[in-house]
Amino acid sequence: MATLRYAGTRVLSGLGVLLVVAFVTFAVFYLLPTDPAQLSCGRPCTPENLALARGFMGFDEPWWQQFGEFLGGILTGRTFGSGATAIDCSAPCFGYSFQQSATVVSLIGDRLPVTVSLAVGAAVLWLVVGVALGVVSALRRGSVVDHLASGVSVIGVSAPVYLVGLLGILLLGFTLDVVPVSGYVPLAQSPVDWAWHLVLPWIVLAFLNGAVYVRLTRGQMLEVLNEDYIRTARAKGLPERTVIGKHALRNVTLPLVTLFGLDLGGLLGGAVITEKVFGMPGVGSLLLEAVGQLDLPLLLSTTLFAAVLIVVANVLVDLVYGLLDPRARLT
Amino acid sequence: MTPAAPPPPRTSFGSALVRAVRDDRAATIGALVIAALLLLALLAPVITRITGQDPYTYDASALDPGSGLPQGALGGISGTHWLGVEPLTGRDLFAIVAHGARTSFLIGVLATAVSVVLGVALGASAGYLGGWWDRVVGWVGDVIFGFPYLVFMVALGAVAPPSIPRQVLLIVVIGFFGWPRVARVVRSATLGLARRDFVRAAQAMGSPPWRTITRRLLPNLWGPVVVIATLSIPERIGLEAALSFLGVGVRPPTPSWGRSISDAIGWVQTDPMFLVVPGVALFLATMAFNLLGDGLRDALDPRTARQGAR
Repeated sequence: MATLRYAGTRVLSGLGVLLVVAFVTFAVFYLLPTDPAQLSCGRPCTPENLALARGFMGFDEPWWQQFGEFLGGILTGRTFGSGATAIDCSAPCFGYSFQQSATVVSLIGDRLPVTVSLAVGAAVLWLVVGVALGVVSALRRGSVVDHLASGVSVIGVSAPVYLVGLLGILLLGFTLDVVPVSGYVPLAQSPVDWAWHLVLPWIVLAFLNGAVYVRLTRGQMLEVLNEDYIRTARAKGLPERTVIGKHALRNVTLPLVTLFGLDLGGLLGGAVITEKVFGMPGVGSLLLEAVGQLDLPLLLSTTLFAAVLIVVANVLVDLVYGLLDPRARLT
Repeated sequence: MTPAAPPPPRTSFGSALVRAVRDDRAATIGALVIAALLLLALLAPVITRITGQDPYTYDASALDPGSGLPQGALGGISGTHWLGVEPLTGRDLFAIVAHGARTSFLIGVLATAVSVVLGVALGASAGYLGGWWDRVVGWVGDVIFGFPYLVFMVALGAVAPPSIPRQVLLIVVIGFFGWPRVARVVRSATLGLARRDFVRAAQAMGSPPWRTITRRLLPNLWGPVVVIATLSIPERIGLEAALSFLGVGVRPPTPSWGRSISDAIGWVQTDPMFLVVPGVALFLATMAFNLLGDGLRDALDPRTARQGAR
């Protein structure tokens, strides 16, 4: 019961945050003097046509009323215009891109597999390698491995993803010609080509994101190894493997869960830069297309989509935290 | 009337900073690189006048007429063009990097200043006053943490009207999204300080909250604030470069390292130096601030956990 209530309050507060994000984004985008109807109004754009386009899109209403309709559309769906030319956007309707003639849900849904492939693969890689390197660095403090790992992780923390990505493309793609230079192949079409196109982005993202995990794991590990219960475990004559794997590592997982959840959520919401560098048609590329075409509904919904992922990641992290550490449930 | 408990000595803060940097080799290197880049940024117009170049003038004579590539080895490095030229335009890369440093430092430092001012004011007042104000500040911070700021800034960059100067927009927006992290650090430091005797003594003598915060708390918050500011600058510089890379940062022809790197995408194979030159500048700047920040943290504020953001 306490666990359920804990989960309930976390989910509710997450929804509250999302509502505020949606409201602020909506207000900012619709208060700025950009007219989406102007862009989709044909040439020559007569005042009548413009008014028609505005009415069709619902942009002629005050913005707070538009926000209400936007929220209503998520629950019940919306219809733009009327009669034969009406466009139906069924629930959950997060908006309709008049430039691409599709609902934003279907547009994001089409692109999502690319971003998921990119983000999840990279995340698994950096978690495994980062934590392993961190543990080894902590156990062999001051060794060559430790110095090497901390040196490399300073570079990983400081280097921007586009720079490392482009250098990787230059070196592995053009010069050595071992990986493709850019593009994406769906998993269903050819699993081998899929992995082959993703391997460089995975490595680049893992190198940059993993650096923080090495540092965090090493620091936490050094702290934990000084605790009394580790000394007790060793004094009991437990094999070192059990002491490290079961007793020490378990107490390092909590901060790692937080970091991992937020990193993965952020990346899934829009690996904008990575997708641009590697020419991947994911959600981030969709956002950049929306920027190029000034597609307001699409801009709004991609921002909201990214916010949903961050909030979901936060809630999940809190729930996992509650499971791993009973003390967290009490607060 | 003599104060019951004297505040901790604060005259030594400047010298503590210097000592912290001097004793840590990595931090020393970071500080020197920052100083060099800062000098380059400040003196960019003077230096480029001496070299006889500027970041705006096209120079077709430095290019191969057929391919648009720079003439000569390594992206056209020569006595006149110290770091080569941009392909297709022949603009001087050294001038672009030097003026790009102005853009980076201007936005990185001022955006951090915005975050620090907001974060210290809100964090210290939330920690000291507590109650509903503390809850409001904490909640707003949570909402901002849940904000997909990169995606939002990209979208905002697309719809913001041209009448707002881009640099001002970037400073305000990047700075605004940075304050909750500063506020968290400052708030927890304030909670610790508020229990100390010298603060209690000030309260007991009837010092109003504003006076206690500015006279008693702020002078003792410099350590964590300096650390978090130093570690924030490279993130802000990276963010400006990322936004310019994505085409929603500073507008051309104002030089920006991020935009030059983005321009270099199409030339990676034929003219890799065009990528390497602005890339190394950006990397040096962010790494130098990270090294200095890490050194300062170890010396001044060992308990602040480093949070990665990308």
